[in-house]
Amino acid sequence: MTMRIFVSRDAGAVAVGADDVARALEQAAIKSGIAIEIVRTGSRGLYWLEPMIEVATSQGRVAFGPVSAADAASVFDAITAGSPHPLRLGLTEEIPWLKRQTRLTFARCGVIDPRSVGDYRAHDGYKGLERALTLTSDEILADVTASGLRGRGGAGFPTGIKWKTVAQTSADRKYIVCNADEGDSGTFADRMIMEGDPFVVIEGMTIAGIAVGATKGYIYIRSEYPHAVAAMNAAIAVARRTGYLGERIVGSNHTFDLEVRVGAGAYVCGEETSLLESLEGRRGIVRAKPPLPAHKGLFGRPTVINNVLSFAAIPFILAGGAKAYADFGMGRSRGTMPIQLAGNILHGGLFETAFGVTLGELIDDIGGGTFTGRPVRAVQVGGPLGAYFPRALFDTPFDYEAFAARDGLIGHGGIVVFDDSVDMAKQARFAMEFCAVESCGKCTPCRIGSTRGVETIDKIIRGERTSENLAVVEDLCNTMKFGSLCALGGFTPYPVMSALKHFREDFGPAPATLQAAE
Amino acid sequence: MTSAYESWNEARGAEIIAEHDKLEGATLVILHAMQEAFGYVPEPAIPMIASALSLSRAEVHGVFTFYHDFRHEPAGRHVLKICRAEACQAAGGDALAARAEAKLGIAIGNTTPDARVTLEPIYCLGLCATAPSAMLDGRVVGRLDEQRLDALVAEAQR
Repeated sequence: MTMRIFVSRDAGAVAVGADDVARALEQAAIKSGIAIEIVRTGSRGLYWLEPMIEVATSQGRVAFGPVSAADAASVFDAITAGSPHPLRLGLTEEIPWLKRQTRLTFARCGVIDPRSVGDYRAHDGYKGLERALTLTSDEILADVTASGLRGRGGAGFPTGIKWKTVAQTSADRKYIVCNADEGDSGTFADRMIMEGDPFVVIEGMTIAGIAVGATKGYIYIRSEYPHAVAAMNAAIAVARRTGYLGERIVGSNHTFDLEVRVGAGAYVCGEETSLLESLEGRRGIVRAKPPLPAHKGLFGRPTVINNVLSFAAIPFILAGGAKAYADFGMGRSRGTMPIQLAGNILHGGLFETAFGVTLGELIDDIGGGTFTGRPVRAVQVGGPLGAYFPRALFDTPFDYEAFAARDGLIGHGGIVVFDDSVDMAKQARFAMEFCAVESCGKCTPCRIGSTRGVETIDKIIRGERTSENLAVVEDLCNTMKFGSLCALGGFTPYPVMSALKHFREDFGPAPATLQAAE
Repeated sequence: MTSAYESWNEARGAEIIAEHDKLEGATLVILHAMQEAFGYVPEPAIPMIASALSLSRAEVHGVFTFYHDFRHEPAGRHVLKICRAEACQAAGGDALAARAEAKLGIAIGNTTPDARVTLEPIYCLGLCATAPSAMLDGRVVGRLDEQRLDALVAEAQR
């Protein structure tokens, strides 16, 4: 039997040499005269072990990593001889970091060939759609609502309510839009699932189309993700060819088709109304709400716009898993969250788990602390608009409400770890600068506030009238927080104010009066 | 040294527009296609796009200038993009960006005088667990250190 070896084609694996490893394995096989098949999968998300390769055995897949091209020949020999190797990690599913996860959305990622609909189906793919086709629109909506799924893009709005609103709004046309403009630094779950399991996104969007009566969908992917664009386009072509997209989907009376559109480097287009403007071919200027996109969205039509991970959670839920999904989590945060551990972290990657795990468990226990070996000083949770948390807040459970209660947000689930060499005044300045560069310019608090914010933090860094200027920053933050149209201006105060609150010592000497009072 | 791109000509521009102008909201699609063909969006393309889509020149110019991706002048033969976002900052990306600037003798956002290399910032390639990262002409590179960066810069200069 031909030996099957799995090598990731995920951009994160390719960036550290996975293509070279695949080539070297092929050469080693030719040299030894052993027939092998190399299957290019997505990534399992254990990025510190990438390039990680797996070989199919009768006990399951056995992993090796991190494998360099130079290691490939010796790893191949160890595989064929069944002998030990220093890079051998044992059965993949038994690797503790993977085993302790609850992979509902990412169950297939890193396992299957992302270009094969047959592989997808062999791993429970399209079961959700098959069941959805036997249900009424109301029954599908009831399942989505029962699952407790909230928008995974960051806002956490209940998905079932959003879909129901679109379903109940009558129009000549409706749209399904997938927000794949994953611009937050420290996040890569959307990229991973699009590259590693694109059919789950297609299936989720198709189910949404059937539920609300839409026949056309768009996936808006940022231009920084060329591998994801290629993977989605390849999967869409396969889905069309095999009857999963187009007219009369799998023999039903439903029509649904998808198109990928590529962004052009504007962070603000991750905001849903700005994304819709961009899809319509305009500047990504934020729209005032109401009207909600569910009433007047793309081209003025009722539109379901959801994050990639929200759509990717749907097939499991519709395959009879609504209650199972809701049984995970805590409080009003139900189900699992694909958490992304990034930055200066020893064991970075994708960790899908039920809501409720604490920040400290994620950073110290699962992440293993920093890769520089220095102490963790700050973590930014939720992207460039998320708060910086110090170690004192590491008991915060991963839950929408718990983070909000501590002036933070979980956003899209990205965590960026910084060691003790970080300068938090510089990070606060960066947050304001990023907002100034990326502001769409529509509302004054965001457009002017962020520029004034940079100028004022510069003064603080130079030691000019520190306490007065800190008061100005706080005032600017309040204006931005309460006066901005969207989350860009509205949430930029989170990193700035959290840096000020928890790392005050980085902003120059405290005022003399306060020092005296202490 | 030959360019990887076609030089601007109106007939080719018209052909690109005709390929996409029936799409809903085609402006960005056409601008991307122009840049892919010519390496930037040539000024004469703007009124042609406007006319094909029944938009004003101002509207198309507004779209063109809103998005960071679209270039107003030809890029160098190679484009090196260095991630400047938080996850890469946490992993030492700032020092590497400064090193790339020093090696190439230009500030980020510029092209070397010999038109070989354009050095651009990028805000997140989604390779945050293998940071710091960069992209050379569409090829992604992670776990950058001084040695790997120097090799990338040398490759871009060839």
